[in-house]
Amino acid sequence: MNVLTGSWSWLTSTAHWEGPDGIAHRLAQHLFLTVVCLALSCAVALPVALVLGHLGKGGALAVNLSNVGRAVPTFAVLVLLLLTPIGTYGQWPTIIALVLFAIPPLLTNAYVGMRGVDHDVVRAARGMGMTGAQQLRGVELPLALPMVLTGVRIAAVQLVATATLAALVGGGGLGRIITAGFSLASTPEVVAGAVLVAVLALLVEGAFALVQRLSPHRAGDAAR
Amino acid sequence: MTAAPHDCLARNEWICGTYLSTRRHILADAVVQHLQLTAVSIGIAVVIAVPLALAARHRRWAAGPVLGVTTVLYTIPSLAMFSLLLPVYGLSASLVVAGLVLYSLTLLVRNILAGLRAVPEETRQAARGMGYGPLRLLFAVELPLALPAAMAGLRIATVSAVSLVTIGAIVGHGGLGNLIYAGMNTFFKAQVLTASVLCVVIAVLADLLLLGVQWLITPWARRQRP
Repeated sequence: MNVLTGSWSWLTSTAHWEGPDGIAHRLAQHLFLTVVCLALSCAVALPVALVLGHLGKGGALAVNLSNVGRAVPTFAVLVLLLLTPIGTYGQWPTIIALVLFAIPPLLTNAYVGMRGVDHDVVRAARGMGMTGAQQLRGVELPLALPMVLTGVRIAAVQLVATATLAALVGGGGLGRIITAGFSLASTPEVVAGAVLVAVLALLVEGAFALVQRLSPHRAGDAAR
Repeated sequence: MTAAPHDCLARNEWICGTYLSTRRHILADAVVQHLQLTAVSIGIAVVIAVPLALAARHRRWAAGPVLGVTTVLYTIPSLAMFSLLLPVYGLSASLVVAGLVLYSLTLLVRNILAGLRAVPEETRQAARGMGYGPLRLLFAVELPLALPAAMAGLRIATVSAVSLVTIGAIVGHGGLGNLIYAGMNTFFKAQVLTASVLCVVIAVLADLLLLGVQWLITPWARRQRP
């Protein structure tokens, strides 16, 4: 109980919200990292997945990539990148590691979504004289959108989680509050940081769930 | 120090044979700790997940809360999860095990439940018609048929757990993660690379082992294959 009240008073004290080590600044860093990496990984993964899905090629790659992503520890990749020459370029090791781990769920879900589009619909579109690009844009992408969004949601939540690990290698973000708490042996601060990170992850998950529920195509309809 | 025998250590190379031979015991200890943490967590998770999945299957009202709570737990980032458990377990191996159990639960419960739900109603009725009681129906019909889906979940959970153990380094119980963490602070390249590669090797071997187990315990599945 002492820890809970301690964490609560840590969180509610204004001194802990201000300054370069304050919660507000750490939260901004965390969100900035997440958004930048989500944009980068979408820019890399989605075009590849959509084209591969349209052509029906590279399925083994798309599926195996997420298995590989699970087996490789994020923390190990972060440290490995830090020790390479890239490590001297500020935030870049963190950004590269984050993007690498966000790509598999994006790629796999978008690919599976594209392959899951009813073949009769695609054939009808071709019969109407649509070109490949028109089929991709006008027929397959809208039908695959729920699965693509599911991939973006998984990637976003994972990015929030991985951005926390950046603190272990000296990066910014909310994880720094946890590591600072550990080095000060201050359990209330560790717990306060952990609560902030957990709440942020749940909020991101919840926001995406809400967007998916409000969109005309329900994710569940396509997945099943 | 820069003289002949320990050259690649002194030059701090990524791949270093001398490192492997001189730190053999440290590596072996870390691997054993890694395996223990993974095995204990997955074992406990299976023991908890099976009853939860059965409850969710047979009591309609239990399905929502069970799936909801496990999904929320899975969303919490690993570093935060370990940190949240700190007041309960302190800086101990139990903390890492508890965190890993909570993560594995989601994957296991979901997959076991999906497997149980996929058992055809006709099969269940046929078994009941042959005089199977509820317990025998569960153990002789439903659970065996749910095995492939459950094993798929177990494989994903195990591979994820192997990789997540490394985060346990924050409390000093991270198996190979400890070596990575220590190697980062001292810029010891050989140690970081060796420990990372061993992590991936353990994950792949564990996956293959479970695949073999699945092949052994589901003989009917391999006979059906064309």
